[in-house]
Amino acid sequence: MPATFCLDLGSVYIKSKEAPAKDVLKDLVEMCRGIQNPVRGLFLRSYLSQVSKDKLPDIGSEYEGDADTVSDAVEFVLQNFTEMNKLWVRMQHQGPSREKEKREKERSELRDLVGKNLHVLSQIEGVDLDMYKDVVLPRVLEQVVNCKDELAQFYLMDCIIQVFPDEYHLQTLDVLLGAYPQLQPSVDIKTVLSQLMERLSNYAASSAEVLPEFLQVEAFSKLSNAIGKVIEAQPDMATAGVVTLYSSLLTFTLHVHPDRLDYADQVLGACVKNLSGKGKIEDKKATKQIVALLSAPLEKYNDIMTALKLSNYPRVMEFLDIPTNKVMATVIIQSIMKNATRISTSDKVEALFELIKGLIKDSDATPNDELDEDDFKEEQNSVARLIQMLYNEDPEEMFKIIETVRKHILTGGPKRLPFTVPPLMFSSLKLVRQLQGQGQEENPFGDDSATSPKKIFQLLNQTIETLSGVLAPELALQLCLQCAEAANDCELEPVAYEFFTQAYILYEEEISDSRAQVTAIHLIIGTLQRMHVFGVENRDTLTHKATGYSAKLLKKPDQCRAVYACSHLFWVDDHDNMKDGERVLLCLKRALRIANAAQQMANAARGNTGSVMLFIEILNKYLYFFEKGNPQVTVAAIQGLIELIMNEMQSDTATSDPSADAFLATTMRYIQFQKQKGGTVGEKYEPIKV
Amino acid sequence: MVLVLALGDLHVPHRAPDLPAKFKSMLVPGKIQHIICTGNLCIKEVHDYLKTLCPDLHIARGEYDEETKYPETKTLTIGQFKLGLCHGHQVIPWGDLDSLAMLQRQLDVDILVTGHTHQFTAYKHEGGVVINPGSATGAYSSITYDVNPSFVLMDIDGLRVVVYVYELIDGEVKVDKIDFKKTSSNQSTQ
Repeated sequence: MPATFCLDLGSVYIKSKEAPAKDVLKDLVEMCRGIQNPVRGLFLRSYLSQVSKDKLPDIGSEYEGDADTVSDAVEFVLQNFTEMNKLWVRMQHQGPSREKEKREKERSELRDLVGKNLHVLSQIEGVDLDMYKDVVLPRVLEQVVNCKDELAQFYLMDCIIQVFPDEYHLQTLDVLLGAYPQLQPSVDIKTVLSQLMERLSNYAASSAEVLPEFLQVEAFSKLSNAIGKVIEAQPDMATAGVVTLYSSLLTFTLHVHPDRLDYADQVLGACVKNLSGKGKIEDKKATKQIVALLSAPLEKYNDIMTALKLSNYPRVMEFLDIPTNKVMATVIIQSIMKNATRISTSDKVEALFELIKGLIKDSDATPNDELDEDDFKEEQNSVARLIQMLYNEDPEEMFKIIETVRKHILTGGPKRLPFTVPPLMFSSLKLVRQLQGQGQEENPFGDDSATSPKKIFQLLNQTIETLSGVLAPELALQLCLQCAEAANDCELEPVAYEFFTQAYILYEEEISDSRAQVTAIHLIIGTLQRMHVFGVENRDTLTHKATGYSAKLLKKPDQCRAVYACSHLFWVDDHDNMKDGERVLLCLKRALRIANAAQQMANAARGNTGSVMLFIEILNKYLYFFEKGNPQVTVAAIQGLIELIMNEMQSDTATSDPSADAFLATTMRYIQFQKQKGGTVGEKYEPIKV
Repeated sequence: MVLVLALGDLHVPHRAPDLPAKFKSMLVPGKIQHIICTGNLCIKEVHDYLKTLCPDLHIARGEYDEETKYPETKTLTIGQFKLGLCHGHQVIPWGDLDSLAMLQRQLDVDILVTGHTHQFTAYKHEGGVVINPGSATGAYSSITYDVNPSFVLMDIDGLRVVVYVYELIDGEVKVDKIDFKKTSSNQSTQ
């Protein structure tokens, strides 16, 4: 008779309750023993498991009785499990050795048949913690260890962990961990361990109420020791594997003992010990795991400063090769930006910059031009953003922070400075302003060691110098002017003059691109116009130079515009002694001459006189100073200019320019409007004929 | 109703790490029809971010901008209004209304938007309106002390424009508004 038929019969028999379930089950198990072919045996026993599942004499089941107890049910399943595992293992040794892989594949496909038994065990109501501890686990482990089969051991150890409740695992941690060293050396024990720790981590994370249990069974030290033993037993374990183990343990620790930084540090320390002697880790899998290891505390605490309290954290980072250091550094910076972490002392800044040094400077090992330019920019921009997060309200500490940052970024080399110097500079200028606000005037007999604007400017002076040799002269010039203006606000005339001098030298020696010159001139004039700290001589020197540069720009229209902009250098609204009407007019006239020359050149070169736009602009400047009350700008002068413009526009050689026409129209409209205003303004404008 | 976002002088990453979080949560893609930016972003990441808010993005060059190809000035027409855009470091004295008015006349626009001073202003004068949206990140300025992050939203409707200014003061976003009306749709005479 086919064996399955017998099983069905048996099943019906149990249901009929004419005999105790346990006896029938025992007979059925015995019968199956008769089938020696492993695959057939497996399927048969699986079927047995299936049909008997709901007829086991579990607590509360209808089949429970005096003769039939939970123990019997458990015994039945355990026996079936044991026999099935033996059959499964036997499959490995049947057939020629060259077909080993094929057999392993076949076995893999059948593994769930064996594992099902464990699942059934876990579903039996009567299997409580005590029964699990006393009967189930020891028997299962016995079979797992004794079968000495790598495939079975790996699968079943994992199965046990997945199938039984986490609290059972906690309470039997010793036993479970004790089995691991007894397994075949080729079993991937680290994966099993990692999975156990992961499950326990999730268990801990699921509810705070279970945490005391972890403490009670001393889970942390047991797991640490187990890992230590496993690593010792497998000296050839790949670095990636070692780190994965510690990574899982660290995650576990962070979940179960979030306030025990010393535990976390211990884990990192053990990892360091294991990695030491291996130099920089370059294996991609391993470095990936190290990044995961280091990211875990960051994600948990959301604060790089807490992570830095782990003394071994920087030590682990030491093992990273440069590309991976950069990856980790970026992770750290992103964490700081996301959590708006304020880094507030120079010591912390020092520690942080040590950590992220892959971004800060070239290492001796890597050539510095191997990085894609866009990636490089992104990297350096993130360092720049980081610098904005370094701040302390106390000026002394802030100055120390600035000095620390400066020290580090100066090691970055010419390619990095244009990115890192500006944010440092602006942090420094903010500090200057803060000191200003606190009424720290320059006291000549004051304590020289205290932080003062002067000291900061000295630092900045030296810092900007590093930029000028370095392919960023325009940036250097802009920063000099910023510093000059800040020094002006602090009433530090010599300092401001020095910055202006630097800016001018940069302009003369290093800025040759026409467009860049125009921008630089505008910034020079704009800044100089606002400076009130200069005495007459200094101001004259600087102004003279500025107008000189303006007149020497390459293109005539640019010259013209720069020169009339200089007119504002001689007229500052809120300073009566800085209103020199004559020199204003001189500038405007000079601008007119240049505009004329431009016309003539255009006539000579192209046969037409080009646009009158420049004249209209100068006219508007005349009106500006006329309104401000410059006595040298007379109605006659304005009238003359208007006529000149009209003539030019109507001349044969004129080019039509709609935007010039529109500008003239709006200007005329403006004059009309001013006339109609009445009062002093209206009176002023009255004589002008349009 | 056409919404135009005006902002600038972010100075990322030289002077500020990013836009304030409260502004970022307000600026949602798809709500704004045009963005005009006074410049000094300064990096591509900011440009790309603005582009996600609205594809019609106009930028004038600031002296610290990484991208050298932005124009010095730009004009565009939105509805009945002609708008002009310039960073403003080119207009001396910096922040001077009369000099800015001159630029407005030169560009022949109703609304002139400039930056550079990091100070929000909105002036009405005979030629039209001059607006400075300030610095969207509250970046340091040599010209203005105590800069609060700010930006401007213009609601253009026919001949009327309502200018909303959003300022971040002590962690709270404060809004103010100013109304302007054009007297006629065709103002170029003569």
